[in-house]
Amino acid sequence: MVRFENVGLRYGLGPEVLRDLNFAIPAHSFQFLTGPSGAGKTSLLKLLFLSLRPTRGLVNLFGHDVSLLNKDQIADLRKRIGIVLQDFRLLDHMTTYENVALPFRVIGKEESSYRKEVIDLLKWVGLGERMDALPPILSGGEKQRAAIARAVISRPHLLLADEPTGNVDPTLGRRLLRLFIELNKSGTAVVIATHDMALMDQYDARRLVLHQGRLHVYE
Amino acid sequence: MSTNRTDQPLGPLVDLGRDRSQMPARARNMSPIVPRGSISGTALVAVVAIMTFLASITTGAVLLVSASAAEWQSEVASEITLQVRPVAGRDLDRDAAAVTEAVRAQAGIVEVRPFTREESAKLLEPWLGSGLSLDELPVPRVLVARVQPGTDLNLDALRRRVTQVAPNASVDDHRAWIERMRSMSGATVIAGIGILALVIVATVISVSFATRGAMAANRPIVEVLHFVGAGDRYIANRFLRHFLRLGLEGGVIGGGIAMLVFGFSESIAGWFSGTPVGDQFAALLGTFSLRLSGYLILAVQAVAIAAITAWASRRTLFATLNEIE
Repeated sequence: MVRFENVGLRYGLGPEVLRDLNFAIPAHSFQFLTGPSGAGKTSLLKLLFLSLRPTRGLVNLFGHDVSLLNKDQIADLRKRIGIVLQDFRLLDHMTTYENVALPFRVIGKEESSYRKEVIDLLKWVGLGERMDALPPILSGGEKQRAAIARAVISRPHLLLADEPTGNVDPTLGRRLLRLFIELNKSGTAVVIATHDMALMDQYDARRLVLHQGRLHVYE
Repeated sequence: MSTNRTDQPLGPLVDLGRDRSQMPARARNMSPIVPRGSISGTALVAVVAIMTFLASITTGAVLLVSASAAEWQSEVASEITLQVRPVAGRDLDRDAAAVTEAVRAQAGIVEVRPFTREESAKLLEPWLGSGLSLDELPVPRVLVARVQPGTDLNLDALRRRVTQVAPNASVDDHRAWIERMRSMSGATVIAGIGILALVIVATVISVSFATRGAMAANRPIVEVLHFVGAGDRYIANRFLRHFLRLGLEGGVIGGGIAMLVFGFSESIAGWFSGTPVGDQFAALLGTFSLRLSGYLILAVQAVAIAAITAWASRRTLFATLNEIE
């Protein structure tokens, strides 16, 4: 599903923050991406999400060489990827429900076909009472759960999550992990970037460890 | 290329079990993707309104001048003037009568009116003053002949016929005048087109700046839309409808005010009638009022400026979206 070959990334003329990355993310797989702060986890997620282009090497996503894709093709590929970023990126003028329903809305789906699913998911992540709330009045944890719900609602082929349990209590963290596992069981490849050892210990999964710009894979 | 797996028959993503509420939730998609308030439209509406007003006034003025020029041309072209100059040894009155008869006999002439000595004196009054005795001056006699509208008058034949009966007579078909009128109205139209082009360029630049501003203010929204897989076309269309509305508002306001100005122009011209300024305007622009077709042209122009606003905005939107990952 995803294949990196000799991939390197640098910002401007600075040093390479990621170098010689060689790994694959198979379909239906589950992995934690970990490493110390500043190791390049977010940069790697951005490469996977096509919001950064590698400065060298080959990135193959869903069978496409990403260096050959135009903007429309990138937009099409992104519809197959869900992403949860550390800064949540919710739209402040939309309610929690509308934010979560956004992936369906942009592909022009009828609201009646997904409304129940959005509501059920919001209840599952503990936002059943906050559906009509606007993000500015949500707590950090609530925003994070809304962002997760938005990323998983369209059942992407690949889910990328950057510190998805960083702002929630351990109980809710376990519940969110269960959501990711359920999603994985239904066919989504999951990549969770975290340095929360307790979270990783709860589920036996492949680990991708970034250290000094290089990636070590522990099956 | 498939988009996501919700197209396939999958079970529910989450099972709420006993948590499932029987109460229907009220939540619905109500908010626009791009909030209307995030695009500061007042300045843009004002700019488009001013530009549309200027364009409408220019077009209206060009239409008035063209219509007046066409009217003058047809009036002047429907008449020819004949002069019988006094020559020693010839009877001026007899020559004038002979020329009148000769012109009357020419096909296509519907009326010939010789000016009397008194009328000729009146024509010279602005230059020579009143109380003039023409006996002391070699003043030519003037005849005005009206040509049947639509007739292709054989001017050479008329000239031959006139000079046969009076070699001291000449025929003037006002061609020099008509040429001058043509070039004046042509110059007015070209100047108007030039002003319209400048107005359109200024509108495009203003709209591009406004669009860039709106995109900068809404950059976080654009980024999120990219995150959820929205293509540039989808995002541009969300913005475009705002700019089309703003353009139409500006066009209706500017074009509407210009139409009112032309609508009331007759009254305004009436206030100045009798004054030198009013007389000059009346001479240049006639009644100062537009025909119905003129108003239609102004309405079409207002819609065209709104369309130009939308086009300029769309162009800038795609250029800006290219810069946002």
